[in-house]
Amino acid sequence: MTAVATALLPARLAWRQLRAEKTRLASAIAGVMFACVLVFMQLGFRSALFDSASALPRAMHGELFLLHPLTTALFRPEPLPRVRAFQTLGLPEVTNAVPIYLAQGSWRHPLTGVRRAIQLVGFDMEAGAVNFPGLTPLIDALKRPDTVAFDSRSRPEFGPVPALLAERGSIQVEIANRTVEIVGIVELGASFGADGNVVLSEVNFRRLIKERKASNTDLVALRLRPDADPASVKAQLTALLPADVVVLTHAELVQWERHYWETATPIGFIFAFGSLMGLIVGMVIVYQILFADIATHLPEYATLKAMGYSGGYLNRMVLASAAILALLGFVPGMLASSGLYDLVAKATLLPLRMDASRGLLVFGLIFGMCSLAGLLAMRKLRDADPADMF
Amino acid sequence: MESPVRLRGLEYAFGEGALRRPVLRDLTLSVEPGEVVLLTGPSGSGKTTLLTLIGALRAMQQGSCMVLGKELMGATEAERVGLRRRIGFIFQHHNLLGFLTARQNVAMALELDTDSTEQDRLDRASAMLEAVGLTDYADTVPGKLSGGQRQRVAVARALVAHPGLILADEPTAALDRQTGQDVVRLMRDLAKRNGMPILLVTHDPRILDIADRVVAMEDGRIAETVV
Repeated sequence: MTAVATALLPARLAWRQLRAEKTRLASAIAGVMFACVLVFMQLGFRSALFDSASALPRAMHGELFLLHPLTTALFRPEPLPRVRAFQTLGLPEVTNAVPIYLAQGSWRHPLTGVRRAIQLVGFDMEAGAVNFPGLTPLIDALKRPDTVAFDSRSRPEFGPVPALLAERGSIQVEIANRTVEIVGIVELGASFGADGNVVLSEVNFRRLIKERKASNTDLVALRLRPDADPASVKAQLTALLPADVVVLTHAELVQWERHYWETATPIGFIFAFGSLMGLIVGMVIVYQILFADIATHLPEYATLKAMGYSGGYLNRMVLASAAILALLGFVPGMLASSGLYDLVAKATLLPLRMDASRGLLVFGLIFGMCSLAGLLAMRKLRDADPADMF
Repeated sequence: MESPVRLRGLEYAFGEGALRRPVLRDLTLSVEPGEVVLLTGPSGSGKTTLLTLIGALRAMQQGSCMVLGKELMGATEAERVGLRRRIGFIFQHHNLLGFLTARQNVAMALELDTDSTEQDRLDRASAMLEAVGLTDYADTVPGKLSGGQRQRVAVARALVAHPGLILADEPTAALDRQTGQDVVRLMRDLAKRNGMPILLVTHDPRILDIADRVVAMEDGRIAETVV
């Protein structure tokens, strides 16, 4: 007999025992599945919320970005001198440097007149620095004075703008005490920092936010020559520019924004806590099942020990039971979670998706949960004392 | 040929200090190859404790206990586990695994032998079940067998690995008179045929005639030996 086959004997015994009690097996699988779905949902929501919170930087189009080092999140930027953008053009690799202006202005509801702060995103329409879905056909209209595009995924408190627009063709609203025309719809998404967004040209941005110095900007998107290596250009720029800017790649910019929401808010903690609760409940269920299995079979286990089976063999059998339950619960749990992701994504517009790395993480957690339950239940095996058998 | 079991000056006590209660005192006994020895005596005479010590299920305290050539005084847990594999146990209750068939239960006694193949183990289990007259029940789970049939499966499990010694504790206690007699006679016949010695603890006077020797115990000592 091969070593592998020998090592699998306790697992086979475990499987035969689990299989014999169908109801117990079903409730154990249901328990693992429950924990699995709970953890998947918690981690899914967590990642979806962070994704939507970083929707603005993710929509940016550029290889490198300049940011003031004191900027914690894009809804509250620290201005940086606009001249930094032009300084970067000194490097031959940089083909384009696009200043992006960010500010919040007060929006008046087109029907009720209630005011609410909305995020303004201003940039040169021709520069191709921003990649919002729906923007391209609006570029010419947005070059006209006092025009903006509205983010259809803003919170509903800003009014039924897309519906009004479809009905009337164009509507006038008041932003920062100035009447502007909404010429179209883009898709961006509300974040924790901004309930809604409007997109406008650099010139129109200055008309609305008059107190801003023209020499300042908030974010600079850099386009590089296609053959340039972003990492080496980043290193050159960091050496070249003074300490009032940081140079970030696109991934770093997104991470910068996410990091703020992960650390400055209890969101990360809440979902980690929810996942932990799910794992604890799952562990207790698996522990109960394994414990009951051992407790009802104590005389049989003691007999196996009397026959010369070692304590280690029986421990391996209990751990194998735990591993089997982890596997049998995870697979349907992951399928159910995929279905729920689709359902919730349709209902909430949150970007919920099953991906391999999260699947692996959850499998690891579930496996760990079951193993811990197995290790706890294993202590009961000590009660199987063959000396008490006679 | 060496005696499979040889005890000298065996002492054993439960509890400690003021609660210390000796159950075996200066006990000397041996079982010869192929011999069937019955151990009788009132409850509390120490015969079951003696059986657990010989079966390496309990750690020794004092004296000498040679079983199948192995001294158990001072033996480690691993050494005791190793010795148990060479002993066939039959308990008062069958203690079969309810989720395995009769054949699989018998094969469990062979799974510790890592050189055997699965087919080999199942074949030997089938042959053993045939020897105890249960060929037709090889694929039946214990829950669907009668008490006598289950105990016969337990006998098959104890004997299938050709142990050097068979230890049995009240194997007839849970059975009616006729079934009990049939089971112990079957066990005796199979053991004799293979030259395996049996040490059997019993209260049951009806099975004394299967023995080569009856040892009566009282207060942790051997009171009387009838050949």
